[in-house]
Amino acid sequence: MDLATIVQILESTLRLATPLLFTCLAGLFSERAGIFDIGLEGKLLVAAFFSAAFAFYTGSAWLGLLAGIAASVVFALIHGFASITFRGNQLISGVAINFLAAGMTVVVAQSLFHQGGRTPPLSGNARFERIDLPFADALRDVPVIGPLYSNVLSGNSVLVYLGLLAVPLTWWVLYRTRFGLRLRAVGENPAAVDTAGVSVVRMRYYAVIIAGVLCGIGGAYLSTSLAAGFVKDMSAGRGYIALAALIFAKWRPWQSLVAVLLFGMLEAIANRWPNLDLGLITLPNQFMAALPYILTVVILAGFVGKAIPPRAGGEPYVKER
Amino acid sequence: MIADVTGGAAADAAPAIELRGISKAFGPVQANKDINIRVRKGTIHGIIGENGAGKSTLMSILYGFYRSDSGEVLIDGKPTQITDSLAAIRAGIGMVFQHFKLVENFTVLENVILGAEGGALLQPSKARARKLLTQLADDYELSVDPDAVVEDLNVGHQQRVEILKALYRQANILILDEPTGVLTPAEADHLFRILRGLKEQGKTIILITHKLREIMEVTDEVSVMRRGEMVATVNTADTNPSELAELMVGRKVLLDVQKTPAQPGEVVVSVRNLQVIDRHGVERLRGIDLDVRAGEILGIAGVAGNGQSQLLEVLAGMMPGTGTMTMNGKDMDLSLRRDNARTRREDSIAHVHEDRHRCGLILDFMAWENVAFGYHDRPEYQKNALLMDNAAILEDAKGKIERFDVRPPNPMLTAESFSGGNQQKIVLAREIERNPDLLLVGQPTRGVDIGAIEFIHKRLIELRDQGKAILLVSVELDEILSLSDRIVVMFDGKIMGERDPEQTNAQELGLLMAGVVGDSVTGDAA
Repeated sequence: MDLATIVQILESTLRLATPLLFTCLAGLFSERAGIFDIGLEGKLLVAAFFSAAFAFYTGSAWLGLLAGIAASVVFALIHGFASITFRGNQLISGVAINFLAAGMTVVVAQSLFHQGGRTPPLSGNARFERIDLPFADALRDVPVIGPLYSNVLSGNSVLVYLGLLAVPLTWWVLYRTRFGLRLRAVGENPAAVDTAGVSVVRMRYYAVIIAGVLCGIGGAYLSTSLAAGFVKDMSAGRGYIALAALIFAKWRPWQSLVAVLLFGMLEAIANRWPNLDLGLITLPNQFMAALPYILTVVILAGFVGKAIPPRAGGEPYVKER
Repeated sequence: MIADVTGGAAADAAPAIELRGISKAFGPVQANKDINIRVRKGTIHGIIGENGAGKSTLMSILYGFYRSDSGEVLIDGKPTQITDSLAAIRAGIGMVFQHFKLVENFTVLENVILGAEGGALLQPSKARARKLLTQLADDYELSVDPDAVVEDLNVGHQQRVEILKALYRQANILILDEPTGVLTPAEADHLFRILRGLKEQGKTIILITHKLREIMEVTDEVSVMRRGEMVATVNTADTNPSELAELMVGRKVLLDVQKTPAQPGEVVVSVRNLQVIDRHGVERLRGIDLDVRAGEILGIAGVAGNGQSQLLEVLAGMMPGTGTMTMNGKDMDLSLRRDNARTRREDSIAHVHEDRHRCGLILDFMAWENVAFGYHDRPEYQKNALLMDNAAILEDAKGKIERFDVRPPNPMLTAESFSGGNQQKIVLAREIERNPDLLLVGQPTRGVDIGAIEFIHKRLIELRDQGKAILLVSVELDEILSLSDRIVVMFDGKIMGERDPEQTNAQELGLLMAGVVGDSVTGDAA
């Protein structure tokens, strides 16, 4: 394997990991506050569609991004309403959101664009352009470091950099601020937060709204940056993969980055070698394409050691004496 | 006990807390009826009452968990609306709940500042709190390592964290709900020292408990609640335990169990070198040797979590262990490859599990069904090879419920709808009425009111007098002392020693429970 191939794989890894990263951090905020969020997938999808549709009509990827975030936040609020205010079952609410998103995006897309549930292809300013980091050209010819900097780190969509910045930011918010302390506490023992005079309901709403915003950015990235337009079911299970990455990362921010990069790399490898020749056997492309999903199952089956979720996760908070 | 100043100057000052005509109903249940109480500043005020008497509801109203239907709250003479916990904190009220409200995987410091951080960033808040904690630790014997993670602390220290939380929020009024239920006698003594120290600094303390001894030891005044009403407030110095018990129950109660000396017979169960390692690889029992004879109650004293629960579960066939166990001369299989909880029942071992909600009852099921559980496959309950004879079970359950004075005596109610004491009577009715040769019983009166305690104790003595063997585990020393014919103390999975209840006392047992043997008293075991 030569350097060019490695660079290509790494570049692809970073691009493919970005939507997973936003979604994983979204899940992190929500679940750390004690709200299980199986609806990441649905929020990602609905954000992808509304970003693409608005980017198409307005010609601006940025307006598309805002629309995607808004749509995702609305879905997050539905989840919040069902599971925080009405103390419903969080898994059922999440599944409902996924179904709603899968159905609604296709129906609305069909009635707006009549292209079989997709948006027209986006071009120009309706997509996020790649930005070059400083000195990308100058360093291009330096051995090893040059291609890694110029081709892998540089030349990505602005959302990729936003995602990378979101990791330390999440860490800082979670562990260094009052908000983070309360957020983590509300996912571990909401009664402690309540008796300390802090509203559990408000904290949990903050958390789901943040999750909505992050999913919104992830979805916008899918349709206006990674691809050029929305197609049916384009989230393709990324919400679930992000959930697996979150468990793999044991609900911690830096580890989430590592986990999504691992999943991104598997997808990149599958894209690069649809039929991987291992000498004795050739792995068929279906197997390669299934790799990230297989890893998901392995992780969820608990092969990564003990992952302890936030202790109050999944439980609606009911005041008791 | 030094009687506090009554009347004169102290009575002129506005009380720290005054409740006027507080009423609260949950549906048809009147939890609090027209409650009036004055708690004088700088005193320790006890509130006692049976379960369901309305103590906790009253305190929840004071801490903003519930809104009262009518009545008013005055803090330092000023009418105050307590709409939520935040309002209570602002009014200077701190609460130490029976079940601690701590985030277990946070440090002490993080728990203390939670909700009262004082700034958006944590570092400065933590620095401030650290300084204050050191000061409080010196002032009130409240030392806790600020960087320790709460789940690594023992319960005594966790409770101190709760008190520190309240003091950090500058509480002037501290409410403690059943604070000694989980403490060793030494830890409880330490707590009382802390409370007296706080009182000297002018703090007002409300102590909710059902332990009359604590009321007598530490309070200045005591209020008694019964069925949602405040029946009396008296100076502690002017009253005595039996008067208080009578006020609580509304009739005379026999505080001391009446029993004749035991007439021990043959050894019923014999255990040698019993060892248990739990799922997490922790050694729970390290070589227990025990004999229980017919016609005696062997009491096992100890702080919760020292292997007593595992001992009962192993003997009852719920958990595997190693060693030997002989029941009526027959070898029992401790590995549980052949035996299980059902075969143990067939070998005439009955078990009243210490956690009736988890293992004693199915709360959603009706009382009559619960009375059959564990014995539901007995021939008298079967109609034929396929069907159970529900009519026979119901008939049987009715009799048992009546004989055990379960109230209301309605076998069709779900187990959940009975009070703690009556739930426990359902479990006891099921196990005792089978006339087992050995009764294993854990915490028989936990969460049970005084009237029911008296009843349960009487039934246990009756069973003993019929020549049955009873192995009693309880964290209540009074219960162990008054019921047992022999007492062994467990600490850290081992037996620390055996004592004759006639020749020992709570202090001696307390030391054994803390792992102190002989004369090597090491001071504060907490």
